Amino acid sequence: MRKFIDWLFSTTKGLEFLGKGVTTLLLAAGAVVIMIPLAFMISTSLKSPGQIRSDANTLIPRKPETVTLNNESFPLYDVNVGGVTRPMAMLKKLPGGLARFADPANPAEFVELTLKEQTPRYRLDIHWENYPEALTAMPFFRYLGNTLLVTFIGMAGMLFSSSLVAYGFSRFRAPWLNVLFILLLSTIMLPSQVRLIPIYIFFNKLGWVNTLLPLIVPQFFANAYDVFLLRQFFMTIPLEMDEAAKIDGANPLQTLVYILLPQARPALVSVGIFHFLYAWNDFYEPLIFLHSRENWTLAVGLQTFDALYTINTHLIMAVSVLMIVPPILLFFFSQKIFTQGVVFSGVKG
Amino acid sequence: MRLPSFRNLSLARREALAAYAFITPWIIGFLVFTIGPMLASLYFSFTEYNIVDPPKWVGLANYARVFSGIPEFLRSGDARQLGDPLFWKALQVTIYFASIALPLNLLFSFLLAILLNQKVPGVNVWRTIYFLPSIISGVAVTLLWIRIFNPRMGILNPFLQNVLGIQNPPGWLQDPEWAVPALVLMGLWGVGGSMIIYLAGLQGIPTDLYDAAKVDGANAWQRFWNVTLPMMTPVLFYNLVLGMIGTFQYFTEVYVATSGTGGPQRATLFYNLYLYQNAFRYFEMGYASTMAWILFIIVLILTALIFRSSDAWVYYEGQLRGRS
Repeated sequence: MRKFIDWLFSTTKGLEFLGKGVTTLLLAAGAVVIMIPLAFMISTSLKSPGQIRSDANTLIPRKPETVTLNNESFPLYDVNVGGVTRPMAMLKKLPGGLARFADPANPAEFVELTLKEQTPRYRLDIHWENYPEALTAMPFFRYLGNTLLVTFIGMAGMLFSSSLVAYGFSRFRAPWLNVLFILLLSTIMLPSQVRLIPIYIFFNKLGWVNTLLPLIVPQFFANAYDVFLLRQFFMTIPLEMDEAAKIDGANPLQTLVYILLPQARPALVSVGIFHFLYAWNDFYEPLIFLHSRENWTLAVGLQTFDALYTINTHLIMAVSVLMIVPPILLFFFSQKIFTQGVVFSGVKG
Repeated sequence: MRLPSFRNLSLARREALAAYAFITPWIIGFLVFTIGPMLASLYFSFTEYNIVDPPKWVGLANYARVFSGIPEFLRSGDARQLGDPLFWKALQVTIYFASIALPLNLLFSFLLAILLNQKVPGVNVWRTIYFLPSIISGVAVTLLWIRIFNPRMGILNPFLQNVLGIQNPPGWLQDPEWAVPALVLMGLWGVGGSMIIYLAGLQGIPTDLYDAAKVDGANAWQRFWNVTLPMMTPVLFYNLVLGMIGTFQYFTEVYVATSGTGGPQRATLFYNLYLYQNAFRYFEMGYASTMAWILFIIVLILTALIFRSSDAWVYYEGQLRGRS
């Protein structure tokens, strides 16, 4: 032991080992803290309202175990009698913090002990029915349909327009093109509020407010983030490929479609994932543009349900779980491409 | 592309035309969804406009509503003498939030990135776990945290009482003094989002710099201070600018947590929330546009200040520190 401690604190290898050990412990402790809220969300989604009221801060949905004696139900306790712990029914609370316990097999014989010193027995009590109930308590599939429409049509529009624009900015020389590119980048820093009110008024004049169109149509006009990321990626594809295509008689559009886009698949996928996450989670614009229930997306529908029926915590958490599942699945299936994309847009910027 | 005249153009002209053709979607979008609306909101900021009736020119009245009463307020300290006390309240709430959230976020995500950059067992699992919360931001997460903070039914206060032995844990979102810190805490849960960018930055530092430092006899701390930190300043800078802009856009979390009220007692009346209330609750589109433009100018000034100061503390390779 002594030797180990000496090794740990006075040799290079020992210090390195110590450092890694401490780091791992810190990371593990932090990871528990990170995961507890998610565990709480899932556990609350599986509790009955009664369990949430009386037993809110246990992570495992449970209810007191009971036993029926003479058609009457009594809670079971683990009772310590003379050093031996065994399950007993609590028949009656007595004054002075005492209670009367009896062996369910032999209820005539009882002991009287301090209630506080005995532990109540619980059993697992999971309420899966919260999920089907939540799906009918609000028009879930309607919201889901709207969300999917906004997300995927918007994604198609964004991919289409942003690849065209990124191609224009990465493969051609033209006067003012650099200035335009800087202009494009500067819109990343522009607070959306200076545009939002006139855009709202504009869509209102078109009669598009309270339809999904204001959330979808702007995606067809490219946006700075995605253009930037795709352009950076296009720049890494060797120019010789384009030139070979040109010699074979391809026009610029064909070059984009047949040469660049197939090679830029990782970038397209990561831009697509970012767009999915953005559109799926977006709350601000759907809140502003969608007024009536049948047009809401999941984010707005869920928030409104909470505002009206906040007491239904179990249903709200059930829908919340359903809402975070798609992003998490997407993340797990595309982790590598995903983190590369974050890195690409974040660090190279 | 098969216009008759096109074939007669010089190669350079053709190339330029192709470039403009490809970026046309963005140019249209920029005119219709950026420049046009910006000019329109600048115009609206000088009007009274409720959407139903045509905008009525009121000159500087909206700006006067924001900025009037400042001398009186400074003399008496009575916020009611301000033209719009709520505007200043909203600005104060936002700056207060930014001044706690930005440094804490920066500190935690940077420390976390350093830990996750070590070669420890299961490092990929740890990275995934820490990154996870940042991809599920939004309504569902806020609805969860409201319930975690709930003094009666949440899990945070029982933990503080029973594990840490804190006698009177705060009421969090129900307590005007603790509502903003609660939102900061909630934001820290998603710190993995900026962590991953720092992590990428750390991994981008060439190892020969560390080797050279080792040869020169630098210890771990000196290597961190003289290699890691300077090399990371561009990433810190990037996160600082975007974090600052993000604070002024902060909306979803506070809207969901307070049902759009900014309560309790307007303790969480963030700038963007108050702007939303003016525009879409009271339909004061003119005044909301004024707020949007004041916000735009504040963000411009802050960004310029950060960029200015960056000469002194951001290190770019191939450039001497502190000089340009």
